[in-house]
Amino acid sequence: MRGAQGSALPTAPLASAGTGGFGVYVHVPFCASRCGYCDFNTYTVGDPDEREAYVTALYADLELARRTLCGHGGGGWGSHRGGGPPQVTTVFFGGGTPTMLAAEDLARILERIDALWPLAGDAEVTTEANPETVTPASLAALRSAGFTRISFGMQSTAPHVLALLDRRHAPGRAEAAVGEAIEAGFEHVSVDLIYGTPGESAGDFAASLAAALASGIDHLSAYSLIVEESTRLGARMRRGEVPYPDDDVAADRYLLAEQMLTDAGFQWYEVSNWARDAGGRCHHNLTYWSGGDWWGFGPGAHSHVAGVRWWNVKHPAAYRAALAAGAAPVEGSEVLTADDRHIEAVLLGVRLAEGLPASVLRPGAVREAQAAVAEGLLEAAAWRAGRVVLTLRGRLLADAVVRRLIP
Amino acid sequence: MSPTPDPGAPGAGVSLPGHTPPALLRNFCIIAHIDHGKSTLADRMLQLTGVVDARKMRDQYLDRMDIERERGITIKSQAVRMPWRVRAGDRAGEDVVLNMIDTPGHVDFTYEVSRSLAACEGAVLLVDAAQGIEAQTLANLYLALENDLTVIPVLNKIDLPAAQPEKYAEEVAHLIGCEPADCLRVSGKTGEGVAHLLDEIVRQVTPPVGEPESPARAMIFDSVYDVYRGVVTYVRVIDGQIGARDRIKMMSTGAVHELLELGVISPEMVKSGGIGVGEVGYLITGVKDVRQSRVGDTVTIAARPATSPLGGYSDPKPMVYSGLYPIDGSDYPALRDALDRLKLNDAALSYEPETSAALGFGFRCGFLGLLHLEIIRERLEREFDLDLISTAPNVVYRVIMEDGEEHQVTNPSEYPAGKSAQVFEPIVRATVLTPNDYVGAIMELCQGRRGQLRGLDYLSADRVELRYTLPLGEIIYDFFDQLKSKTKGYASLDYEPSGEQEADLVKVDILLHGEAVDAFSSIVHKDKAYNYGVTIAAKLRKLIPRQQFEVPIQAAIGSRVIARETIRAMRKDVLAKCYGGDITRKRKLLEKQKEGKRRMKMVGRVEVPQEAFIAALSTAEVSDQGSGRRGGR
Repeated sequence: MRGAQGSALPTAPLASAGTGGFGVYVHVPFCASRCGYCDFNTYTVGDPDEREAYVTALYADLELARRTLCGHGGGGWGSHRGGGPPQVTTVFFGGGTPTMLAAEDLARILERIDALWPLAGDAEVTTEANPETVTPASLAALRSAGFTRISFGMQSTAPHVLALLDRRHAPGRAEAAVGEAIEAGFEHVSVDLIYGTPGESAGDFAASLAAALASGIDHLSAYSLIVEESTRLGARMRRGEVPYPDDDVAADRYLLAEQMLTDAGFQWYEVSNWARDAGGRCHHNLTYWSGGDWWGFGPGAHSHVAGVRWWNVKHPAAYRAALAAGAAPVEGSEVLTADDRHIEAVLLGVRLAEGLPASVLRPGAVREAQAAVAEGLLEAAAWRAGRVVLTLRGRLLADAVVRRLIP
Repeated sequence: MSPTPDPGAPGAGVSLPGHTPPALLRNFCIIAHIDHGKSTLADRMLQLTGVVDARKMRDQYLDRMDIERERGITIKSQAVRMPWRVRAGDRAGEDVVLNMIDTPGHVDFTYEVSRSLAACEGAVLLVDAAQGIEAQTLANLYLALENDLTVIPVLNKIDLPAAQPEKYAEEVAHLIGCEPADCLRVSGKTGEGVAHLLDEIVRQVTPPVGEPESPARAMIFDSVYDVYRGVVTYVRVIDGQIGARDRIKMMSTGAVHELLELGVISPEMVKSGGIGVGEVGYLITGVKDVRQSRVGDTVTIAARPATSPLGGYSDPKPMVYSGLYPIDGSDYPALRDALDRLKLNDAALSYEPETSAALGFGFRCGFLGLLHLEIIRERLEREFDLDLISTAPNVVYRVIMEDGEEHQVTNPSEYPAGKSAQVFEPIVRATVLTPNDYVGAIMELCQGRRGQLRGLDYLSADRVELRYTLPLGEIIYDFFDQLKSKTKGYASLDYEPSGEQEADLVKVDILLHGEAVDAFSSIVHKDKAYNYGVTIAAKLRKLIPRQQFEVPIQAAIGSRVIARETIRAMRKDVLAKCYGGDITRKRKLLEKQKEGKRRMKMVGRVEVPQEAFIAALSTAEVSDQGSGRRGGR
């Protein structure tokens, strides 16, 4: 059901959107340099004019979305809600490196969002950041602009691991940045770690976890290093300069993370995410994983509203050009079929600690789920209570479980 | 294309089929190695004799099938009738009729070659002047000499800068016992020397001799199925005459058929009222299966039948067997239909339904040899759009049990359990021609394959002919590739069946997670069983992705395990990456994974990729990257 490429948005389903909270995602496609493992939509820029042009285009994008959602007297979202746009419950600035923009830029974008869609009083407003792109002053500025949560790309504390990943920050800088963020008044601070990098020992990863935990975070994401063919690191591995990551090692690292985080009072709530308490979870990401609605702005940003997914053109120049011409910067879209929605519900729901209601499963999948319970991949107690929840071993084999539970 | 020769062409006028005196006929074939230029030379002959004009000339006119064209080989032979007016010498100006009978060029088709040769009185031995004679050419040369054919040695491609006609003339002269000066020199490409060659064919080759008044006897030297016309049978009349209105009788079966059409090829089909002694032509009876019109059989006239058939007929006997299975099980009916179609044109192809626990429903197919297998497989894939898995080829074993019971084993997985008293395997007489630098390497290879050296001759100062007796089972598995790689491609091989021998053979089973996988069972010599088991087990470990449980791979003879490998349980199978809001990508990845799983064959509880069945049995090294150890997902 993938739509033809073009700038037209599928508008019909928008009318029913936003019933369970609404997210806003802002993609900032800039980095100081591209890391060797990264295949995200990001570009290195030195020119401040380009950033300004980006902000201008983003404003236009926001305006266009507001008009699409609220309509011009009559159709669209507003007609169902007394003319008001949906209330935004989460905002997430991702990248790239959002903090490549000045704190004032991020602040004014957030202000613009608030003006177009009223933010809920308790809205979660997150930005990703690289430790080397923030200062106590910039963090204070972000906090006072309304950001409530910050997520640092820490990756590792081991210098040789950071070097292989092309990460620039000095060891110790990430922990310091976390401290500065807490000092600036951020309620929620998270770090990302990458495990399974060739050359990383169990001790290296344990030290990274320990440093992260000691820094005062209330949330941690840990991702195994995935090497995409198209990246520089992928090319080095193909040439045999760097060994491929080993799945057994990755499994060991995951178990180590689970152990240390649990010992520190954290709980997993998604396969790759742990939080100290429910308030520390990333509610924006939970919107993604629970089939909720959000609108993504910026080059390459993805959106989902009421069963329609679409994604913007990737390159910043194409993005600017579309908006300058008054068109939506959409590259493609798909209207999810009932099967697609079912697959997504299972695929995303199974990965959550709260799991998936067993009632969602199709008849054939129920037998598979029972077998998976018997094989120790799904929690027996949860299954008896009508939910599909992965065991620790099942979390490591989540894709295998999902493949069995979808048609 | 005009079906009749240009009236102005040399030799026109004498050549009415059925009315040509045998004394004016010359039947010859061309013996040559693949790519020594036989087809190009034949093309020049067609042009020179006027049966095809240059403007309409399609290169390599005689090779009709695309596969043949691409492979540069001729599978099915044909016969072309060419009028020729002798240009020079004592008989200059005399009009004769030349029948050029094309011969198959590969080792698997020795029987067909022998029948084509039997239809001729002469053979042009065509040798590339830049490469010298090859083993298959030599084998066919010996066949021609055994059939008492006049052999005219010809060096081709003399226009090539790399041509060494003196050197190879010596070699050829040595082989057939003539003077180097007797070797003609031609260029099929430029046409140089071709007219002289035609004159020499008239001069040297003896005209056919037969009894015109006897009951008709014609030998079938080829039989081809045509979609529009049914089976077209090519015959050489030995005695008597066949008329277009006759009812013919196949002497091997006694079956009688109405003749729908009779004629000659020149080079398209030309109807004729009859063909007589020494002539070559085609018959169409409306039968739809070449099995009803077999190569080597004798055709006679039902109304006045001959009493005894011509000699030399034998049924084609499959030498090599392989299981063919559709990758997609729902293609089974399509595979059956495709085999039924191919069978119409291939009397040597045999098959019967077979079920493999590992591969599902398929067919056990019998072939004349490895090339035959490859051609059939390729045609099934190309012409019928089928994706196939073929099991490792095997030969036919004769097993005699202690209780005296005898089994013909065409599938290793059906090797009888229990005590066998004797096992017999087919053997071949092989000839290898090689530059003398590689004699050592070839001897090593042949000894490693249980070969017995029967003789060694120098064809010239630096070229050697090695003669071996080898078990057929040892050469159907990568022998030819090994030979080529050990000799930088210079050695050539030919072989012919030579009965059977008793051997110390055992069946090696491969067990996956405790279950024998029929498709991997193999019969090997006892001394090689261990190596075989270790190699296959190690390959499978690399080819089969890790499962959620540990999978032992064992090689066993009976209940005795001779090799073991273990595929460790998979511990991580999860997309542990932040894909942000790109749920579409996540879903697509999962669907791709799911599709990948669908393409696996379930062997018990173990998922085995299709490629494993092919790769495990090939000789190529398997890299470690196939082992599913990579985190790239």
